[in-house]
Amino acid sequence: MGLPSATLLAQSVLSGVFIGALYGLLGLGLSLSWGLLRQINLAHFALAFLGAYLCYQLAGAGVDPLLTLLIIVPAFFALGVALQWLFARFDISAFNSLLVTFGLTVIIEAAIQSIWTADFRRLESVYGNAKFKLGVLYIPVPELLTLLLALALSLAIWAALRFTDLGRAMRAAAEDGPIAAAFGVNQPALALLLSGVCAALAGVAGVCIALSYTLAPAQIYAWIGVVFAAVMMGGLGRALGPIVAGIVIGVSEAITMAVTAPSWAPLVSFSLLIVVLLARPGKVQ
Amino acid sequence: MRVFAAILLAGAALATLPLLGLPLFYESFLYLVFHWIILATSWNILSGYSGYFSFGHGAFFGAGMYTTATLASRFDVPFLWTLPAAALVAMLLGAGLGAVVFRAKQVRGELFALVTLAVTFVVGTIVLNTPIDGGPGVYLSGVPVPKIGPSAASSFYLMGLAAAVATIAIAWAIHRSRLGTGLFAIHDDEDVAEVLGVPTFGCKMAAFAVSCALAGLAGGIHALFVSYVTAGETFSITVPLTVVLMSVLGGTRHWAGPAVGATIITALLYAFTAGNHAVAGKAVFGAVLIAVILFMPGGVLGTLRARRPRKGALRAPSVLPAGGDASNEAEEVAVPSAATKSPAVARTKVILAAAGLSRSFSGVRALDCVDIEVREGEILGLLGPNGSGKSTFINLVSGHYKPDAGALQFEGRDLARLPAHRIARAGVARTYQIPRPFAHLTVLDNVALTAMFGGAALPRKEAVAEARRWLDFTGLADKADALPDDLNLHQRKFLELARALAARPRLLLLDEVLSGLTPGEINGAISLIRRIRDGGATIVFVEHVMRAVMALTDRIVVLDHGVVIAEGDASAVMQQSAVVTAFLGKAHA
Repeated sequence: MGLPSATLLAQSVLSGVFIGALYGLLGLGLSLSWGLLRQINLAHFALAFLGAYLCYQLAGAGVDPLLTLLIIVPAFFALGVALQWLFARFDISAFNSLLVTFGLTVIIEAAIQSIWTADFRRLESVYGNAKFKLGVLYIPVPELLTLLLALALSLAIWAALRFTDLGRAMRAAAEDGPIAAAFGVNQPALALLLSGVCAALAGVAGVCIALSYTLAPAQIYAWIGVVFAAVMMGGLGRALGPIVAGIVIGVSEAITMAVTAPSWAPLVSFSLLIVVLLARPGKVQ
Repeated sequence: MRVFAAILLAGAALATLPLLGLPLFYESFLYLVFHWIILATSWNILSGYSGYFSFGHGAFFGAGMYTTATLASRFDVPFLWTLPAAALVAMLLGAGLGAVVFRAKQVRGELFALVTLAVTFVVGTIVLNTPIDGGPGVYLSGVPVPKIGPSAASSFYLMGLAAAVATIAIAWAIHRSRLGTGLFAIHDDEDVAEVLGVPTFGCKMAAFAVSCALAGLAGGIHALFVSYVTAGETFSITVPLTVVLMSVLGGTRHWAGPAVGATIITALLYAFTAGNHAVAGKAVFGAVLIAVILFMPGGVLGTLRARRPRKGALRAPSVLPAGGDASNEAEEVAVPSAATKSPAVARTKVILAAAGLSRSFSGVRALDCVDIEVREGEILGLLGPNGSGKSTFINLVSGHYKPDAGALQFEGRDLARLPAHRIARAGVARTYQIPRPFAHLTVLDNVALTAMFGGAALPRKEAVAEARRWLDFTGLADKADALPDDLNLHQRKFLELARALAARPRLLLLDEVLSGLTPGEINGAISLIRRIRDGGATIVFVEHVMRAVMALTDRIVVLDHGVVIAEGDASAVMQQSAVVTAFLGKAHA
């Protein structure tokens, strides 16, 4: 098996960056809710696909896919707030949150399947196959939009957590809830806000998925493993972690695919994940 | 044993069904029920009992599937002969994974779940890309089904039944064995379990190996049943999640819980699929999972068991062996001794010797080159202000931490090199300053655990009798069947004590057993500790209650900032100016 040409390799690295950005965008909400709320939200993936199908539906009615964000983001924010209200009411442990949100995932999957059937759906829009050439490389527009959105959101949330009082209060509450509460942090309200933000992020990721990928209900599960790998490698509760780790994984996958065969790609991300978990579990938590 | 007979009897009764001419369709449906019973029950042996929720059951199931598929379709090995190989391959995969993962101390809970899930995808990718599968999947349509029953369907039915009965019997046997007790202790508090003598690594490895082997067996049978094996279907997240749901629904702390859950879920899914409502069935599946977690966290069997009134409480005193020599010993011990101190201990041999013992915690030297000797049969008081290193000393001797430097010899054994459970086995027992009972084990089981895994290393039955003796000794007999949460602080402190005593230690480390007790309770405890020493144990006694220190100790060692500042007879040492300064500050000296 010969090595691919430099151009081909560069093009695959670029596509790795693009898909890595989507890993990072999906991982962002997951990482925040795990790190700051102690919830492992499997339903994040189902929400993202729900967002993708909504975007598909609205775009089918003639709305520009990017404008659907104006509906999806607030709607998903409200959904996230409602979910957190439920979680707080039942005082669910981290592990049980994984099981409960899996149950939720299955329900959402069933709902998607009954509304849009199990057939593949593809969003047709002005962005569909738009691409331009930069030097020798082709840049697909939908993927570029995803990358920019992911970078912007990661940076914005990073800055919010670091520089605003609200962000500091959130990190304090995550570190030691009772102590933070004693200093006047309204933890339940912050949790509602954060959960809303995470769900909204799932919605944004969903729109990005709809822009670049073919949709099917079962696809919900296809992303779980690799996105979890990005979340764990990036460090829980860190806003910039998922996108950095996501791009690292995406690029290594792309190179693996270019050098060997596409079906070997999962080996890279999961081996990386195992190594991270075993070698530096302290860093992850 | 009645349970075991019942399991076999139920299996035998079900085995006669095909002879009665059951419709084919029921045999296939029941085969699926057995299939899920094996997977869920085998998963529960490690994950339910010990709390290490594995999401890698698909990998072991898949390893078995592909072993059988490869051997039967490519090498023409008779199908039944491939099944032991399927179990073996899955077991080796699990053992290899366990040997790595169980050594990484922090990989517990969610992290363990993720590692095992990642391993599933790695194994799946390798299978997909190598000649084992190669991409298109493996067909077993040419492999003959062994003629066990009248038809192919009944053969699968009987194979599934036999494997399910064996799996449930194994789960039951482990549940009531020492291994099972060890696993339940790991579930509640792994660090404490190790210090009390449970070989945690070995227990997890054994449970994982059994669990994986059974999953591999189920995979082997299922490979022929579906007769077409693909990597995508096999190494997925659906197998582990379904298994988790079944076990959680039935109850993970009961050996039969997963079987109950598997039967319910399989029947439910089948009902919906048969009625052409597969999608609705999926949604119901999700809703059931949520409802169970929120409203029935113990599962079906756990909830049923909690409703049943506890019966053992009244029975406890009468179970105490009346004539055995074990109980005589307890009664002898119970007579308060006239001699409160033993001046002769100075001549006895050194049982524990620490030399140059040091341990730092992120830069703070908790113990700094400490030399302490403990002589056989004495009560050594370990004193010092808060943060002086007393508890660190106890933690090093019991193996909770390892020293950074220095030697630690117990009866000629180097404790610094032994894993904590071997230290406990060698005859060292301890109490925790803040009681750390196993929350889901009864008071009796908490104590029986150390009798099983500590220095005495009794078989389970005798350990329970031993535990009842020590509950009597500490006045907790009527709480034997309560859970630790039902005890008050005083009782929890005494539970710590009973747990340490049931190990029949040669060296007993008491870490502030008296703090928080009322003066009356302290009096009781003082006479209790005297009786323990008169029973032959050597005691290292960390305490702030000076009245108890003066009344009990033969000798005291005073620590301050990790250094020994005084040593000798209690009343003499407490007069020394360095000691007074350490406790009260400079102005008073």
